Amino acid sequence: MQTQAGRSARLLRLYRTMARIRAFEDAAEAASQGGVQVWGMEASALPAKVRGPLHLSTGQEAVAAGVCIHLRRDDLLTSTHRGHGHTLAKGADMTKMMCELHGRASGCNGGKGGSMHIADFGVGMLGANGVVAAGIPIATGAAQALKLQGHDAVVACFFGDGAINRGPFLEGLNWARVYGLPVLFVCEDNRIAATTPTRSMTAGDGAAARARALGIESREVDGNDVEAVDRATAELLPLVRGGTPALLHAITYRIKGHVSVDPGAYRDAGEVERARQADPLGHVRALLAALGQAAAAQDIDTEVRREIAQALAAAEAAPWPAPDAAFEDVMTTGAGQWR
Amino acid sequence: MALTRTTYALAAGEALAAAMRVDARVVALGEDLGCGGVFGQYRTRGADGALRPLQQEFGAARVIDTPISEANIMGAAVGMALAGLKPVVEMRVIDFALCGMDELVNQAAKNRYMFGGQGRVPLVARMPIGLWAASAAQHSQSLEAWFAHIPGLVVACPATPQDNHGLLTAALACGDPVVYLEHKELWGLEGDVDAALPVPLGKARIARAGGDLTLVTWSRTLHESLAAAATLAGEGIDAEVIDLRTLWPWDRDAVFASCAKTKRLLVAHEAVQAAGFGAEIAASVAEALGIAVGRLGAPRIPVGYAPTLEAEARVDAPKIAAAARTLLRR
Repeated sequence: MQTQAGRSARLLRLYRTMARIRAFEDAAEAASQGGVQVWGMEASALPAKVRGPLHLSTGQEAVAAGVCIHLRRDDLLTSTHRGHGHTLAKGADMTKMMCELHGRASGCNGGKGGSMHIADFGVGMLGANGVVAAGIPIATGAAQALKLQGHDAVVACFFGDGAINRGPFLEGLNWARVYGLPVLFVCEDNRIAATTPTRSMTAGDGAAARARALGIESREVDGNDVEAVDRATAELLPLVRGGTPALLHAITYRIKGHVSVDPGAYRDAGEVERARQADPLGHVRALLAALGQAAAAQDIDTEVRREIAQALAAAEAAPWPAPDAAFEDVMTTGAGQWR
Repeated sequence: MALTRTTYALAAGEALAAAMRVDARVVALGEDLGCGGVFGQYRTRGADGALRPLQQEFGAARVIDTPISEANIMGAAVGMALAGLKPVVEMRVIDFALCGMDELVNQAAKNRYMFGGQGRVPLVARMPIGLWAASAAQHSQSLEAWFAHIPGLVVACPATPQDNHGLLTAALACGDPVVYLEHKELWGLEGDVDAALPVPLGKARIARAGGDLTLVTWSRTLHESLAAAATLAGEGIDAEVIDLRTLWPWDRDAVFASCAKTKRLLVAHEAVQAAGFGAEIAASVAEALGIAVGRLGAPRIPVGYAPTLEAEARVDAPKIAAAARTLLRR
């Protein structure tokens, strides 16, 4: 049985991760104003500091935090186009991430990837991905390599509810089960695929039900309740470390639009308002207050604000990649022959 | 120099086995590898003369039989490479590889660049091309130009047993994702192989020296080109035949030097002529040297089943010789 002090300490760790993700994305969103011109939005007079598409996980932070608190540094992770939270929760450097979103040479990808390809291989974060479900096969292969090399590390494979309707979901889950691979599949079900409610496009009972049909141990969990995600991951991860894939189906909600400049106006306003009321960060703050930890939570908020300000300042001051860098890291064979 | 008489298929099997013996990171994955591959290209010949599947020597964990899941085969290879292995991917025929295009084009080819050089994807994707055994529209394509178009990919097209040994060895060593295109009608071709002879990527081979025109080709069309050159020689036309061997990078120096000498270029390939890689070579030579150039590829039709239909898609020696005569009259 967890003590109150133990629960408070763990909740504060989880809250710190969630608060960092929220603040990072809020800051990135503010810096992206005037960026991509779609969804009927007017361009602003000022060029955006963060130029590319920015897929925000606002409202989904509990999933990243609750899963990744269980991961070791040498565990691997594959992510989605909505990957800032997974990257931060896996331990990536926030300043390097902010530099990357700003397209600077000091970014974690040297300015070559931006938000949609954010990655920090140094902490086992093998990349956000611009293609839905693309991380699933990569995760299975990485897990197969770990197994072949005799490592006991695991791979956490995040994907969205839209991904379960792509072929690689079936191929990858079958593959992981057939070879007995250490993959924790995490379906981050925010209930909407771009602008289309997933339920209207999905037969059956979703990710966990499909995984069970393949004999994969699965849990459905309230993805907005970070303690529930934490507990479910705690149940599944020992299986995964033992070489049995498992799937966590975390039901959450995307408070923002599909991409940063998308106001998400195609959704029912009441539904969005209810989601705001049920904000997972608010939920944790209330829990912490009830545990007498309100001040500690505020200290975290203050610290995070300072960290964000430093990251933004560093990103704005950082140099652009030199034009010659466009020709680096394409390939080694025949390098120099670009036409 | 120890020469072994062997086939195009076995030459690759021996090259892969040699790499697997010295480097534990090399693995192979694909459908039906356990039995040695459907074309027998995952086998070696033992000292007793018997052919054995590679899985017998290296085990099922390194020579991996997979489900029919081309997307996951290719994607898993990307993940394996990122986690420290050197996977050889078997796609059976290039037509099936189209089920793994995101994994090859968006993931393998882009990974190093878009993640700012954090990782490498040293994989070799064996995707056999070409006409073979009346296999019709979905088992006969030559799609090398698709991959030459993609930054990040090496494209190799071996035409001989020696090159299928040497180029596969080079592909496994190069550290880049390699699209490795063997021709299905060449599996049984016999030749002498020197296992120690390096065949670098990006170096063409002058298969026949000549002074009247330059005939650039690759893969199975090399052999048709050599036959055409023999015909032309009987007519007093001396063709220089260049086996390009790799399409990316491609050996401009060798092609340009030959063209500067002969002042005539014909590129011949089995792939559809329109937007084929022959167009790239012809344009490059025309830009650099301003000489007469010609191309010969298949018409823009799917490959038909009946021999009369399939023949229309085949770029053979008589057609190459005819194209060469036309070029020389210009």
